[in-house]
Amino acid sequence: MKASLQHLTDRAAAEGLLDVAYATTDSPFGPLLLATTPRGLVRLSLPGYDPDETLEELAARISPRVLEAPAQLEEVRRELGLYFEGKLRHFDLPLDWSLSKGFRRRALRAIDRIPYGKTRSYTQIATSAGNERAVRAAGTACGSNPIPIVVPCHRVLRSGGGLGGYGGGLPMKEALLELEGSHS
Amino acid sequence: MTPLPPFQILLDRHAADVMAVLRGAVGRSDAEDCFQETFLAALRAYPKLSNDRNLRGWLLTIAHRKAIDHHRANGRRAVPVANVGEVEDDTIELPRDDGIWAAVGALPPKQRAAVTLRYASDLPHVEIAAALGCSPEAARRSLHEGMKRLRKELA
Repeated sequence: MKASLQHLTDRAAAEGLLDVAYATTDSPFGPLLLATTPRGLVRLSLPGYDPDETLEELAARISPRVLEAPAQLEEVRRELGLYFEGKLRHFDLPLDWSLSKGFRRRALRAIDRIPYGKTRSYTQIATSAGNERAVRAAGTACGSNPIPIVVPCHRVLRSGGGLGGYGGGLPMKEALLELEGSHS
Repeated sequence: MTPLPPFQILLDRHAADVMAVLRGAVGRSDAEDCFQETFLAALRAYPKLSNDRNLRGWLLTIAHRKAIDHHRANGRRAVPVANVGEVEDDTIELPRDDGIWAAVGALPPKQRAAVTLRYASDLPHVEIAAALGCSPEAARRSLHEGMKRLRKELA
């Protein structure tokens, strides 16, 4: 049965019927759920979130043609593995931004440009996204980041240097900053 | 309307049943092809499906259409399914009585389909009718004739 299902997933991908492919991968923080569309990585769900809920959300918002297909996520898993070992400073992955719109998407794109080992304030992100007064909205954009770690919202801190928030919990945010050598 | 579940859930829950039914309908060696055709057709149609359908029944219906297509393409009756019980997946429990399955396999196509749909897939008459492309009365009749014949064969 396993071979039949593998074959089916391959054929679905070849015939353009695989709208959302997902897989899980291990991380030092627990299992991550990864999902990609033909355009690129669309979702990364941190440990502590219910994977079934994430998949239901993807089915509702992108397409119900959601299949487990680790082969489609090999490069993502490889780069994440290297990143957690401290051997990769820049993800070279196509991203699908379609889960974020408007100001949030602009804020997340600004976050995506923060270099490895650097941090920015929520105010700086609001400014880059085109509205320096929308600091709270910048915080919300971080909180709703569909692709954390790869789109490094952990590099956004409070203006005074406070950690701010993190979907995976503050210890994870601290650990990521430490990994990148930017935690004082 | 609640949104459709991720397609993977359909695979996790029903792939083994679909495979078992196809093995019964077309034999072990051709079941794999029909299985692929069934799920590719299901994937193609899935986004436009309304979620008030019985998804298992919908999949088994497609499976039976693919099995009928297969028989038409081959222009012959299925090889009796003497070893349908020898499935490697421990998830499926099929009757192990080879005699019954051989007798089912020897039924005319419509009766065989009706009997497998009813007893291997547990589909109601309406769904069987949809699968066979006939009226519920005709489905009931095929099932009745099939069962009558089976009782005689196995008596």
